[in-house]
Amino acid sequence: MSVPLIYTAAGIFLFLLGTYGLVAYAHLLRKILAANIMGSGVFMAFIAVAGRTPGAPDPVPHAMVLTGIVVTVAFTSVALALAVRIARTSSRVHLSGRDEEQ
Amino acid sequence: MTPGPLLLFDLLLPAVLLWLAWRSLTSSDLFRAVILFIAFNLLLALAWVRLEAPDVALAEAAIGAGVTGTLLLAALTRIESAAGRRLSRPARWRPAALVLTGTALLAAAAGLLWSLRLLPTMPGGLGPLVDRHLAESGVDHPVTAVLLNFRGYDTLLEVAVLLLAVIAIWCLDEAVPFLQQPLESPLLTGFNRMMLPILLLSAGYLLWLGSHAPGGAFQAASLLAAGLLLALFSGASLPAQWSGLPLRLLLVLGFLAFLAAAIIGPLTGRALLHYPPAWVKPLILLVEWLLTLSIALILTATVIGGRPTGSRPYPPPASPAAEGRQR
Repeated sequence: MSVPLIYTAAGIFLFLLGTYGLVAYAHLLRKILAANIMGSGVFMAFIAVAGRTPGAPDPVPHAMVLTGIVVTVAFTSVALALAVRIARTSSRVHLSGRDEEQ
Repeated sequence: MTPGPLLLFDLLLPAVLLWLAWRSLTSSDLFRAVILFIAFNLLLALAWVRLEAPDVALAEAAIGAGVTGTLLLAALTRIESAAGRRLSRPARWRPAALVLTGTALLAAAAGLLWSLRLLPTMPGGLGPLVDRHLAESGVDHPVTAVLLNFRGYDTLLEVAVLLLAVIAIWCLDEAVPFLQQPLESPLLTGFNRMMLPILLLSAGYLLWLGSHAPGGAFQAASLLAAGLLLALFSGASLPAQWSGLPLRLLLVLGFLAFLAAAIIGPLTGRALLHYPPAWVKPLILLVEWLLTLSIALILTATVIGGRPTGSRPYPPPASPAAEGRQR
């Protein structure tokens, strides 16, 4: 079992864990955490797949993941601002149509 | 990367990462979930080091763990003060749905792993191509060369996305202070006195390092943003006359400088983002310095979360009853 394979598998499982969290929880903050974990999984699989070939690592996937991390922060900050706004307007932290959580 | 003495580590680290992600998603206390998420991101930085991606590791530790963690904690405080503190548990699943979903997810995992294994390998990927043209890029570090020169449009649009995020946040609400009053403690003052210059120095160092080693504008900017936030939490504030046009100009300065540098190409008969060879190094450095300043302010603005009201960042001293509700 090679190292990139281990991390590729870990990335895939992180992505699927995030998918589960996104679907199973109604709380918006949890959904944002889950989406972040999904993104981390994608980045990990991407870098690990790029690292399969021997020799010096390819800088292009690294630069793309770096860009991806910054875009993730932008998405997270807007999503959190929306969640805060929803909480302040409606005293709820989930979208309408879902049962009130415990 | 072949299995070596580090194989045990390479088996343990992904296992711990998956466990942290799972705990962060399932613990019913959201504060604990956020702390576990920050720990997850810090260990993720370690995984990037193992995957020989030190630039990504630096960005992950500074932006993924630091900035995202601060954003989450700030948002959690605001959400709980607006909607009350509540536990978050998963929706109740029927056993059949649980089995079906679990099977589907496992099948998806197997399919993804299988198809990723089938991808053709390309020795070195684009690495040799980048190495061949590194001398023309104006910097000596391949990742920085890709970010600011070869694939400069990625970075240009990424800064645009950050600006759009600030615009969206400012449209949503006015800044709501999440501290009722500045934290006042001699410890914090002493810490700031020592830490702020160190943060400033480290940010400048990381920025300079980016031209020939792992580091660069985004990592430096998040250190700078950390310093700005520390100062804000301890009661510093932007003078009212600065929070209007000057602040907005500083926020877009990096993007505008990058755009101006990009347009030099078409004006001189080259492609967009094709810098004139004689100017490439000073141009990239100038763009990076201005980007760092703007991105630091953008990241700080996203944590403050709302357009500046032009007044003090903290409301007038609250009544004792209101203070009792603070966490």
